[in-house]
Amino acid sequence: MLNKIYDWVDERLDITPIWRDIADHEVPEHVNPAHHFSAFVYCFGGLTFFVTVIQILSGMFLTMYYVPDVENAWKSVYYLQNEVAFGEIVRGMHHWGASLVIVMMFLHTLRVFFTGSYKKPRELNWIVGVLIFCVMLGLGFTGYLLPWDMKALFATKVGIEIAASVPFIGELIKILLAGDATIIGAQTLTRFFAIHVFFLPAALFALLAAHFIMIRRQGISGPL
Amino acid sequence: MHRGKGMKFVGDSRIKANNRMVNMPKDYSEYPGKTEAFWPDFLLKEWMVGAVFLIGYLLLTVAHPSPLEGPADPTNASYIPLPDWYFLFLYQLLKYTYASGPYNVIGAIIVPGIAIGALLLVPFLDKGPERRPSKRPLPTAFMLLALASMIYLTWESVVNHDWEAAKAQGEITDEHLGLVPEVELDKEAEGYLIYSGEQGKSCIACHGTEMEGGGAAPRLLGNELTAEEVAEVIKNGRGAMPSGQFAGTDEELQVLAEFIASLKPEE
Repeated sequence: MLNKIYDWVDERLDITPIWRDIADHEVPEHVNPAHHFSAFVYCFGGLTFFVTVIQILSGMFLTMYYVPDVENAWKSVYYLQNEVAFGEIVRGMHHWGASLVIVMMFLHTLRVFFTGSYKKPRELNWIVGVLIFCVMLGLGFTGYLLPWDMKALFATKVGIEIAASVPFIGELIKILLAGDATIIGAQTLTRFFAIHVFFLPAALFALLAAHFIMIRRQGISGPL
Repeated sequence: MHRGKGMKFVGDSRIKANNRMVNMPKDYSEYPGKTEAFWPDFLLKEWMVGAVFLIGYLLLTVAHPSPLEGPADPTNASYIPLPDWYFLFLYQLLKYTYASGPYNVIGAIIVPGIAIGALLLVPFLDKGPERRPSKRPLPTAFMLLALASMIYLTWESVVNHDWEAAKAQGEITDEHLGLVPEVELDKEAEGYLIYSGEQGKSCIACHGTEMEGGGAAPRLLGNELTAEEVAEVIKNGRGAMPSGQFAGTDEELQVLAEFIASLKPEE
């Protein structure tokens, strides 16, 4: 049955080459921890992606309860944390995942750096990787405000002050982020929500796609 | 036109094997070794690594529920702010003399800007063919230096932060949860004067001047007891409350009990 469906689609769309591009390739010995235990350093990139997927899924569930509005944001998080079945687990995974994704991505960056894997012809992929790093930090910064508790508000105040100290365009960045020249309040929360849930994930998906397509094009860098 | 057929690629990549750049590192296929099919053999192993990782991740989640402080209150001027831990090194950097105040631009923009810029441009700054860290001492040294300073700054930030004070701030109170009943406390009432007077010294010590309670002592505002029950509790104690604490006369006790029983929100 499945084969018949596959054949039916394949006859029309020729999907076998796509499958071959995604999954049908050899993995070299030097990145395989089953052959060399030290090759576990090559797992960091995959684990970063794994946590990213968990972040996307848990974040989707969080938005089912979260209300991005100054009156209700904190209340909705409190309700989610204390009343909703498994709400504490889902929020906990999103909270700890945010830290883990930074840790794993940092380790992945160090692996790529110290194995010199960014060298020709992989310069572009390195640049895309650094951009992903920046997007992740942005996700961490904007997500920190969303529970709208004391530490969220005051950390964001400091962050926005730092952004405002950029010469020439600092004030513009501040108004773009906070929604107002002086107040950090209702506008800021909805903006951070939009940035955290729509803008940055969109950028992240595009960059991840580019990252993976380039890896499949170029293969993994050879052993040292 | 080539359509991929008959073309030679380097390893499993899409880089053409002919006219290869001399600069390019040798591919693994030029080393003897055991390759493995990605699907399904290698992916299965990756899933096992992922499963072990997930167990640790879930244990962390269950053991440490994610923190939530009281709702944001912009009027609180004494709150000590703290960013998430991975921004601590930047936060610490901004505390040094030549990175703050009039030199703020150095700490907030120039230093992080140089770091991110250098990281972004690494492939163009380090163009040699060598890949081993020991064969390219400058990039290795700079990265180790950056790592060491990040670790040092994070450490300094952690030891200089007043964790005791930070823990005490931002607590979730009954007020935040809408648990404070709307009862007006008439401090001129006879009952309150007894409560706050010499006879009620031990009443006010635990239940507070606003009758808000504290520690093991419950809030008296909005209690659900009748005057008789209140008098009973005052005489004989209940739970953590010891008996015989009231030092006044029976008449005063009666007035006090009726006053406390009257502290109910209007229906």
